[in-house]
Amino acid sequence: MASGIYECLSKISEKITANKDFLTELDREIGDSDHGINMARGFAAVMEKLSPDESDIGAVLKKTGMTLLSKVGGASGPLYGTAYMEAGKVMAGKVEAAPEDFNAIFDAAIAGIQKRGKAVKGEKTMLDAIIPAKETYAKKISDGANIVEALEAACKSAREGVEYTKTIIATKGRASYLGERSIGHQDPGATSSTLTLEAILDYMKSK
Amino acid sequence: MVGIVIVSHSWKIAEGVCDLAREMAQGFEGLIPAGGLEDGSIGTDAQRIADAIVEADSGDGVVIIADIGSSIMSAETAIELLEDEERGINAVIADAPIVEGAICAVVEASGGGSLDVVLSVAEESREANKL
Repeated sequence: MASGIYECLSKISEKITANKDFLTELDREIGDSDHGINMARGFAAVMEKLSPDESDIGAVLKKTGMTLLSKVGGASGPLYGTAYMEAGKVMAGKVEAAPEDFNAIFDAAIAGIQKRGKAVKGEKTMLDAIIPAKETYAKKISDGANIVEALEAACKSAREGVEYTKTIIATKGRASYLGERSIGHQDPGATSSTLTLEAILDYMKSK
Repeated sequence: MVGIVIVSHSWKIAEGVCDLAREMAQGFEGLIPAGGLEDGSIGTDAQRIADAIVEADSGDGVVIIADIGSSIMSAETAIELLEDEERGINAVIADAPIVEGAICAVVEASGGGSLDVVLSVAEESREANKL
């Protein structure tokens, strides 16, 4: 049985690639101008490695993570790479994602990003989008929403998280060198995380 | 003997630091560069670093000396990849400048210093005054 994980990653890859210049422009303002280029390069390599008939969600996520570790090049390589690999561990052997699986994926990915980046919420990083998204998703599911409804709400929280990154000072990564001058700029990593969630939502809606 | 891996975003920096450090310890074989991405572009690649650690290790552990930014994150990832594979390699990252740290570490390692000693000698190179 096809799990759809290949199609889901295709959507993520397409969305990241379509926003390559936008992400790089955001990174030019507060970083080292390579986020979009690096992420697009990473996902191009991922799609080359994956085959449409692979259905073990965990194995595909692990392979995605391993490829991102090698091909992205910047800090987003080990951060996203670890997130996908940790998510792969909780989905090992599964060919279908139930509502509670997304909770486990969120938790594992966030724990992986925190372990790697040693960041917490409020430091102008991808966590400022993903953590609120995860909290919203979990609440919606426990309130009885289906996956699409919960992911829709989670994406809204992630977008609000991106807006929030404009209001705070970066204390991690290259942007932290700018101090107060980082205020007013949205975080590229929070943006690419939100695009990733939106792509997952697009895929779930198309199923 | 303790092995040493030099991690840089740049292939040329990693190779160049190794060339320079080898001058100080002729015949030392446990010094391996892990610079840039596979295609030569600027960046760090955790898998490439993990492969270099395996190559540098002769059973006595490996000291990693890295440049800036994601070099450290990729080196930490590389160590975890090897832990997941249960390779039993003791690899540690030195909090040291890449050129000075590499030279001090190589001299110490080629003289038969233990992992702890090579690590601390590399880290002490931070304190060296140039003027």
